[in-house]
Amino acid sequence: MAFVVIQFLNGLASAADLFLVSAGLSIIFGVTRIVNFAHGSFYMLGAYLAFTLVEGVFGPAFGFWPGIVAAAIAVAVLGGLLEVTLLRRIYQAPELFQLLATFGVVLIVQDLVLLVWGPEDRIGPRAPGLEGAVSLLGHQFPRYDLFLIALGPIVLGALFLLFRRTRWGILVRAATQDREMAAALGVNERWLFTSVFVLGAFLAGLGGAVQLPREAVHHTMDLEIIVEAFVVVVIGGLGSVTGAFLASIILAELNAFGIVIFPEVTLVLVFLVMAVVLVIRPTGLLGRPEFAIRAASGVAEPPITPQSEAARNWVFAGVLGLAVLPVVADAYVLSVATEIMIFVLFAISLQFLMGISGMVSFGHAASFGLGAYGAALMIKHAGAPMELAFLAGIGLAALGALVIGWFCVRLSGVYLAMLTLAFAQIAWSVAFQWYGVTGGDNGILGVWPAAWAASPIVFFYLTLAVTTLALVILRRIIFAPFGFGLRACRDSVLRAEAIGIDRRQVQWFGFAVAGAFAGVAGTLYAFLKGSVFPDVLAVPVSVDGLVMVLLGGIQRLNGPIVGALVYKLLQIVLASYTDYWRLVIGVIIIGLVVAFPQGIVGFFGTRLDTLLMQRRNNS
Amino acid sequence: MTPVLSVEGLSKRFGGVTAVDDVSFSVNAGELLAMIGPNGAGKSTCFNLVGGQLKPDRGRVRLFDHDLVGLPPRRIWRLGVGRTFQITAVFQSMTVVENVQMALISGRRRIGALWPKASHLYVDEALELLSRVGMLDQADRACSVLAYGDLKRLELAVALANAPKLLLMDEPTAGMAPAERIELMRLTSSIVRERGISVLFTEHDMDVVFAHASRIIVLNRGRLVAAGVPAAVRADPSVQEIYLGSAGAPVPSGSPA
Amino acid sequence: MSKAINGRRTASGTQQTGTLSMLTRRDFLTAGAATLAMTAGGSRWSAAAEPIRIGEINSYSGLPAFTLPYRNGWQLAVEEINAAGGVLGRPLEVISRDDGGKPGDAVTAANELLSREKVALLVGTFFSHVGLAVADFANQKKVLFVAAEPLSDALTWEKGNRYTFRLRPNVSMQAGMLAEEAAKLKAKRWASIAPNYEYGQSAVAAFKRLMAARRPDIEWVAEQWPALGKLDPGPTVQVLAEAKPEAIFNVTFAADLTKFVREGQTRGLFKDREVVSLLTGEPEYLDPLAAEAPIGWIVTGYPWYEIDTPRHQAFLAAYQARFSDYPRLGSVVGYAAMKSVAAIITRAGKVDTELMVEAAKGVTLETPFDEIMYRSLDHQSTLGAYVGRTALRDGKGVMVNWRYADGAAYLPGAAEVAKLRPAR
Repeated sequence: MAFVVIQFLNGLASAADLFLVSAGLSIIFGVTRIVNFAHGSFYMLGAYLAFTLVEGVFGPAFGFWPGIVAAAIAVAVLGGLLEVTLLRRIYQAPELFQLLATFGVVLIVQDLVLLVWGPEDRIGPRAPGLEGAVSLLGHQFPRYDLFLIALGPIVLGALFLLFRRTRWGILVRAATQDREMAAALGVNERWLFTSVFVLGAFLAGLGGAVQLPREAVHHTMDLEIIVEAFVVVVIGGLGSVTGAFLASIILAELNAFGIVIFPEVTLVLVFLVMAVVLVIRPTGLLGRPEFAIRAASGVAEPPITPQSEAARNWVFAGVLGLAVLPVVADAYVLSVATEIMIFVLFAISLQFLMGISGMVSFGHAASFGLGAYGAALMIKHAGAPMELAFLAGIGLAALGALVIGWFCVRLSGVYLAMLTLAFAQIAWSVAFQWYGVTGGDNGILGVWPAAWAASPIVFFYLTLAVTTLALVILRRIIFAPFGFGLRACRDSVLRAEAIGIDRRQVQWFGFAVAGAFAGVAGTLYAFLKGSVFPDVLAVPVSVDGLVMVLLGGIQRLNGPIVGALVYKLLQIVLASYTDYWRLVIGVIIIGLVVAFPQGIVGFFGTRLDTLLMQRRNNS
Repeated sequence: MTPVLSVEGLSKRFGGVTAVDDVSFSVNAGELLAMIGPNGAGKSTCFNLVGGQLKPDRGRVRLFDHDLVGLPPRRIWRLGVGRTFQITAVFQSMTVVENVQMALISGRRRIGALWPKASHLYVDEALELLSRVGMLDQADRACSVLAYGDLKRLELAVALANAPKLLLMDEPTAGMAPAERIELMRLTSSIVRERGISVLFTEHDMDVVFAHASRIIVLNRGRLVAAGVPAAVRADPSVQEIYLGSAGAPVPSGSPA
Repeated sequence: MSKAINGRRTASGTQQTGTLSMLTRRDFLTAGAATLAMTAGGSRWSAAAEPIRIGEINSYSGLPAFTLPYRNGWQLAVEEINAAGGVLGRPLEVISRDDGGKPGDAVTAANELLSREKVALLVGTFFSHVGLAVADFANQKKVLFVAAEPLSDALTWEKGNRYTFRLRPNVSMQAGMLAEEAAKLKAKRWASIAPNYEYGQSAVAAFKRLMAARRPDIEWVAEQWPALGKLDPGPTVQVLAEAKPEAIFNVTFAADLTKFVREGQTRGLFKDREVVSLLTGEPEYLDPLAAEAPIGWIVTGYPWYEIDTPRHQAFLAAYQARFSDYPRLGSVVGYAAMKSVAAIITRAGKVDTELMVEAAKGVTLETPFDEIMYRSLDHQSTLGAYVGRTALRDGKGVMVNWRYADGAAYLPGAAEVAKLRPAR
């Protein structure tokens, strides 16, 4: 019994930190609708700054608590600066574009931290007065954990007072519930957004700072917390601070007691819980229904028309140019070109899902990875030839997408996106853990192309042919009745249902189509690399896809092509010139975001349309 | 003759509030039935119960012999019920004609087709429908740039695409200028007459109601309080009380009461 | 740790570490290395002495704390080799690439090194899965690969191939070194904690197996498998304490280790308990713990401050003179890896893959630790590790009462290798 009580308290202590970070994230999302990827960076900066302030500026003897608070305030200031200088410029951009900007910030902060604090883990001092443990029911219980247990409810109470008792808080709540109404009430939206960002960043910074006595300050803290914080926000219900509080306690307690029975559970627990919660309650524990990712962007979407002749010629010229590439390029350039084409295909399939079908996915890696694994498993366990393995890969990806899609089309917006993430993580953990079949994290080796396709030139042409064919087919589908049906469901569910369209069925099938094409990309990737590891199912692949699609312009058919090309080239080529490539790429991404708020193709496409229009008018 | 639509004992509660309370009425063939009532009377709820967007707690809704209760909107549409919305719902990323083609494609159950070009399907029929609502010259425009009145016309064309037997029109002229309202309702009534379509519509504009309705039913606080031909309804004291606090009839005035 | 952190990318790190560090291959070292080769060689090389190009791949951007000392190590080796006249009369030129911790990117880099830079062989890698990917690539393209840091047993056994050789002692060898010491303890009730991926699992499995052979009387009363980077200290320590073990076998490292150590000490988990811990004595892991370093743990590691053999003294002096920093274990690995490359080419007498593969089998060379040999049996080197107990000295963790455990003593014989290593 004593153990149960103590373990429960342990869970509460662990929940505090998660709550601080996710509460800030939830508030920011609730008001600004920004999926703030940089929230983990705030957390990490909070820890590093606290380390510096406590160890350096204030001196360890007297300055622990002032140092913690000062670090959180410093992070809050940084958050405010970020909002004023960057995000403010792009609120009018299409949905999710702000995510791209915050992603750029993540990259920059990662390298800045490395530059300022060096690569090695830093260990901060213990909290003065709370160093040791107290005896509790015969167990040694850390004093600091008692502080953390108290901290969660204190912050929750403070936020409650802030939101209920101050005019600012009432405005924030109004904006969370109805942005247009808040704007109509004469709320100064700009400063409301800024102040919300400051508060959110403060909480994240505080969350990082209070970790000082518990763990090492290290430069992967940002990414260790961010995904989990999102999960907490979604389980709790977007925009709900109380929901985040409940969710963080539930997760922490499930973890605390889960590891007693099933120690391996930490790998996937949070995602399993999220999947179950979302399937049962599509808007989280305390969420309100239908929180679109960005309710009011103010940008009407242009009709998607078949390619202009110019655009079509560009694509055609591109394919032709690629076809003669082997004449001038060496094997390495060909393999790079092959890889880029594979990611073009992956990005196109994601754009089909996000742009055409209106289902944002944070877990498209699931389809990519299942494609790769389908092929690899076929070769490893059945000794199948490449051609058969290729089909198996596509089949597994499509099947996976059918299963995942069946659940996901019951949700919408960020909830849908997060459920895709949950499924991708579950798929990842299966690949990671199931040694007998997938080889676990040691992967599957020997997935090389058949002899006839082994040469880089042949494989390049194979990829070119498959990618081009896939592109043509997807284009046909987009302009076929089915593609129209997908857009209909995206534009207006109400209208779609009122003209006899079965939204769920259409979207479900659309999900599977996107998955199958991502699976094609994954299969090609497996044969290009010769081996498959759980990485292909992991979040970075999903994020890469998102970045490519958003960079190119989510509503432009050629957007993902350009996005994938630019992003992959940046990765492979531009990054060669500097030690701090993350910094460089982060800066470039932010530059692109500010310069092209509709994506690169969106920007030039609009210019081109205007130009053509003028020419037509002149003649 | 069997009514096109018959509603019996329809009820719906939201939490503690009874939005629609034991409402019965029917729409006869070729009839334009107006449903009026002050804000919060339960008109939109009633519409959504008939259209399948909401599920009633009690009561029956029948289209000819088909029980509509529990059917999703898409099934109700297939049985021959077209719908326009109070706030227009169209496909913003499509052109005007594509919106109509979409409805035609869905009606012909071709939505699963992966290969043919959608914009080449049912072009003539779509243009013919647009022509009928006076939108032919705007066929290739993007919906996002249409004037509000034109969106309403487009919705009408879309609603007609599946050769409906009944149109449900929730405030078809809301948000339009007075002259446009008269124009749109005139168009609507001429179309439904020539095609033998029955209409159930709600409307705030009493000019529109009294000019076009064959019959009128009046809702107040979720209950049906009056029904009959326009003249009778206008004379009904209970209706007068609802609208003007006993000071007079629902006066055709141009502005919502 | 190689394998270890490997998980970082794959495992929970998955999303986390790996998450965003998507970028790849950087040539940032190329320039530096090439310059080094040239300056070191200076004017001594005749125009005819074209450099031997070596392709090197590691996770520089993902794991700077571990790979930068490693890079220093191989740079020092290259300078020494070239200053001494190079190999076969030709200088070594190292072309280095970053794999970002991703196997896919490592294969791309290997591809580039091979087809564009025309390197003679490949060397490097840190994460086990990256090592395995490059090893398979080497097998496919028939090019020699000297894996420096990956620890997975599979690299030279289960998934071993003709073209792949490995320098560091693998998981089983290091577990064997610890088991030898652990068997002498009185403790009968044992608990284990390890990151939940192949490195952690194979380490625990190997340790249990070896302990069972030596001490049939012990029992395992608890195990914890936190996902890498996700160790939740309070609950985890509590569960271990609840089982009341007499000894704990730990495989966690880096940030997880810090959390575990801090929480365990606060809660008295280590009080009157033996802890046997893999890799914890390496400066890479011990130093960040600073004054909170655990005391009395039995660990494998690298007590650079106390090793006074002439070969190590020479290395230490050269390293400190060159970089004004003390070496980490990675420095030794990088140094020995490049020396291995030189020894293999020298023994082959010609830059030819098949000759080099044959030469690598049984090649011997000096390392800062000891003379080592790459076994022809399984392509595993006999490099060992230091085993000792941790202590606190001047506010820093150190290893005391250590001994050098020669890797050869912990490697299986021919019969067992035949079972472990399928003929390919």
